[in-house]
Amino acid sequence: MSFLSVRDLVVHFKTVDGVVKATEGLSYELERGKTLGIVGESGSGKSVSSSAILGLHRGTNAQVSGEIFLDGVDLLKINDESIRRKRGREMAMIFQDPLSAMHPYYTVGNQIAEAYRIHNDVTKKQARARTIEMLDRVGIPQPDRRVDDYPHQFSGGMRQRAMIAMALINDPGLVIADEPTTALDVTVQAQILDLLQDLQREFNSAIIIITHDLGVVAEMADDVLVMYAGRAVEYGPCKEILVHPEMPYTWGLLSSVPDVVGDTDAKLIPIRGNPPSLLSPPPGCPFNPRCDHRDKVPGDLCRTTLPELTPARAGGNHVKRCHLANPDEVYATEVLPEIAPDMIEEQA
Amino acid sequence: MFAYTIRRLFVGVIMLVAMSMVTFVLFFASPVDPAQFACGKNCSIEQRAQVRKGLGYDKPVYEQWKNFAVGVFKGRDYPEDKSLRKAAPQLVSHCGAPCLGYSRVNIANVTDEFKDRIPVSFSLAMVAFVMWIAGGVALGAIAALTKGSIIDRGLVGISLVFYAFPTFFVGLFLLKFLAIKWGLFPVPNYTKIGDGGVWTWFINLLLPGLTLALFYMAGYVRMTRAFVLESMSEDYLRTAQAKGAAPKRILFKHTMRAALTPLVTMAGLDLAGLLGGAVITESVFNYNGLGKLAVDSIQTFDLPTIVGLVLLLGAFVIIANIVVDVLYAFIDPRVRVG
Repeated sequence: MSFLSVRDLVVHFKTVDGVVKATEGLSYELERGKTLGIVGESGSGKSVSSSAILGLHRGTNAQVSGEIFLDGVDLLKINDESIRRKRGREMAMIFQDPLSAMHPYYTVGNQIAEAYRIHNDVTKKQARARTIEMLDRVGIPQPDRRVDDYPHQFSGGMRQRAMIAMALINDPGLVIADEPTTALDVTVQAQILDLLQDLQREFNSAIIIITHDLGVVAEMADDVLVMYAGRAVEYGPCKEILVHPEMPYTWGLLSSVPDVVGDTDAKLIPIRGNPPSLLSPPPGCPFNPRCDHRDKVPGDLCRTTLPELTPARAGGNHVKRCHLANPDEVYATEVLPEIAPDMIEEQA
Repeated sequence: MFAYTIRRLFVGVIMLVAMSMVTFVLFFASPVDPAQFACGKNCSIEQRAQVRKGLGYDKPVYEQWKNFAVGVFKGRDYPEDKSLRKAAPQLVSHCGAPCLGYSRVNIANVTDEFKDRIPVSFSLAMVAFVMWIAGGVALGAIAALTKGSIIDRGLVGISLVFYAFPTFFVGLFLLKFLAIKWGLFPVPNYTKIGDGGVWTWFINLLLPGLTLALFYMAGYVRMTRAFVLESMSEDYLRTAQAKGAAPKRILFKHTMRAALTPLVTMAGLDLAGLLGGAVITESVFNYNGLGKLAVDSIQTFDLPTIVGLVLLLGAFVIIANIVVDVLYAFIDPRVRVG
């Protein structure tokens, strides 16, 4: 079994308006030392499914079912105390906005040391020493001085580094980074991603990076999971997905990425429409109202039947959820010429 | 921080000076003749004129204020008018610095009037404060943590009821039933610690303290509940959870600490206001505190006492504001200056 094995994860929220189906039948695998990039729009279920791994939905109005095996243990079956002990030690999470993720009244050092002291029986002094060590490791200058600073005295990039230090202080096997660079500017973003990759090499951790930025995915991920309306719509090795995508939503995502050095003839094509309501998702394929290629599928299949995850043309681990019979042709002839004509010329 | 405090104190003093001036002006702006009150019911015109002269009310307002201000530092002699003093030296009374005035109505220096009454109001305020803080914060936190449950709704509902009851009603009810009719408590009569020991002092403060506390507690239950709920929706709680912190740790170290700040501000200001006396409660239980003094002195147009009270209560509020602001900086590092 893989280090992390998610099988048929379902997360529903019972609300006054009905049941919000945030995640439906999600499955993926992840080994130590590898990175999984989860991509999708806001509301696609990326964060919800990852929070479920940490058990952060316990005690809320969420209904979670399925199996999440971390190092052989099903996290959904163990009791609250057991999962609490794993949080911060075997698995950790880095959140999007480091300023609001830290308590404003306590020093950065205090909060990082807290993560260490919760899981290790050490003295305050030892925890402080370890905290300074970690701050140094994540690249914070003068860590022995900055350990006593408050979060508002750090810059955005440094705060995120501190959060990474907090997450990795107990050498967790699984690190979930929920949009870690969204709140940062681009240069800092690159530094943070580099840092994560360094730390992954050092600690051999499995990293799940949740993002809506395909650039981040291209940089870091070994495997990519594309989510839409709470479901996996494409999953496979990163290179495969980026070069031979086989699902119209993925095409749409790739079309929406502006390229600074790209061909000026390349078009930026947004995906029309809005993400569907998770209270009452459309029947059939959840993407069908926004899909430009619906008519290529005979009958009314897209509107009536939910496609299953089927292997892509190249096979292997690459799967996609789409009714199109020849997605690779459609992609090569219709989509690619619009968004990256220079790539066609290269291939020709 | 130090410079900040000094600056605030300086501004505070200026405010007190302004307040005293306004009080003088307002006092004499009323259509009622203060000398008439000081003189008494059967007062002839000559006596009234004499009283007016003796109290200095015949002088212009600004001069009266000036005498008052000087008197605060140097002390004063009464009667005001120098010629009267020379005429009857045995009737001259001296008011040592700081002299806040001499009350003809109560035949005492204002500072002496305060001396006996301050401990009463202070004790009442303190006892009520401890009760309402302990009760209000604890119950408010419980309501927030059990949000939506019957406990929560019950607490909120009961708070509303007690908040709506006027203090005289609650006070009279407690006095009539708990003390007199059912004899659960002794009829409250303020006893100094020196006279009867701490327990007697406390027991006599229990009912009036409770009267005040119930009202304030109602407000604090609601406010604490709101602050704790707001604190619970903060992102850093999720981080604490993700770190594997135990629920109790998250509650006290993270949630409550954040909810504390606005509470400290509120509590400080409420207490300061109460130190100046609780008018209605003191009247109901017949406690000679500053509140009762305020009502009496206004009804009898006792200018010196009124001015003295305005300054004293003003000083309490000003100092409380400064203290609360400084305290806030200790709790919330983002607010610190420098």
